[in-house]
Amino acid sequence: MVDLEPIVGRYMTLDIEGRSCRIYFEEAGSGIPLLCLHTAGADGRQFRHLMLDSAITDRFRVIAFDLPWHGKSLPWNGYQDEDYALTTEFYSAAIMGVARALGLDQPVIMGCSMGGRIVLHLAHAFADDVRAVIGLEAADHQQPWYDTEWLNRPDVHGGEICAAMISGLVAPQSPDRYRWETLWGYLSSGPGVFKGDLHFYRADSDFRDRVHLIDTTRCPVFLLTGEYDFSCTPADTLRTAKDIPGVEAEIMEELGHFPMSENPARFREYILPILDRVTRL
Amino acid sequence: MAKRSIAGGPPASHAIEHLADVVNADQSMVHRGRFIQMQWLWQIGDVPYYIRIQNGMILELVRGPVLMRSHTFAIRGAQEHWERFWAPMPDPGFHDLFAMTKTHRASIDGDLQPLMANLRYFKDVLAAPRRLSEDGHHG
Repeated sequence: MVDLEPIVGRYMTLDIEGRSCRIYFEEAGSGIPLLCLHTAGADGRQFRHLMLDSAITDRFRVIAFDLPWHGKSLPWNGYQDEDYALTTEFYSAAIMGVARALGLDQPVIMGCSMGGRIVLHLAHAFADDVRAVIGLEAADHQQPWYDTEWLNRPDVHGGEICAAMISGLVAPQSPDRYRWETLWGYLSSGPGVFKGDLHFYRADSDFRDRVHLIDTTRCPVFLLTGEYDFSCTPADTLRTAKDIPGVEAEIMEELGHFPMSENPARFREYILPILDRVTRL
Repeated sequence: MAKRSIAGGPPASHAIEHLADVVNADQSMVHRGRFIQMQWLWQIGDVPYYIRIQNGMILELVRGPVLMRSHTFAIRGAQEHWERFWAPMPDPGFHDLFAMTKTHRASIDGDLQPLMANLRYFKDVLAAPRRLSEDGHHG
């Protein structure tokens, strides 16, 4: 018999903002719910290493779901006639809808990149429903560094361009095996999905006007950003942290924009102490 | 020993001298560039280099300026920035083309479609001189 991994995947159908969405999620472990949010244009596989780490799964029920249009979650009915564009409203409804559907009591919500952006909103809007948030590569706003029109057009391969654009966000120290596994999520993403996520990231989530409203005594906030992330830079994260009283922010050495998937061993050194803290909240 | 600049990577003259050798010897890279037939310009400091690609191989690399020589797109940056970019383990901000353009250490102009349609290939060409520091075979 082969050794089966402890990760289990299942599907559920949820109504999100009036859309019927078939959602795929994976989970492993038991204890405090830790709901993980993937980056733009990717899927929940980015968190597989956390789900295989008994130092985490002994104390946490680690759950990662694929947003509609991503990974094994289908786009909604009629997708073929529209351009996908994620909004703060839909994204929040999807996350809290999954949490409610799975009966997660006071989950810790950890998101990376656009997932790191939305947890800042959740920490304010759902402070009493969430135990804590962890923002990886998170900031309230950041400067764009390319024209997203290149991501979905017939004369440029969508998967190749998405992966080639973000490849430099992986730190040079990250092992090739995990670098290319991370890039595979982008190489294999659906047409226009990364671009549609960036609608949220660039056009519908400037949270500079509200992060100061976060009450970290109700919902603690932890921020971790890799030093090689030039999309959400360490300066972006530290600037955001200045506006959130009580936040804890740290810059991770030799890591980039995808810490949990690009270099799991390195990321572990930073995330385990935070998860220890979370168990004592 | 491979040659090193103060910035960490090979000196620009060394990087350019061996660029075609490194690229053309990499079969998988040449394969990825097999649909490319064009000439682009890589400006390193004040010196423009005209690089002609045919089927993924560097067929010609000419030090400029050359009067009225055309190119499809250009990638430009200061010599010191490229030498830091070529370090075997570059510092944050110098590790990727777009990290360099976002911080105005490099710029891109011209018809970008061939660049974007073959972005991995061209990023690999730009980074190829890093190998000169790693193995010293071309030192």
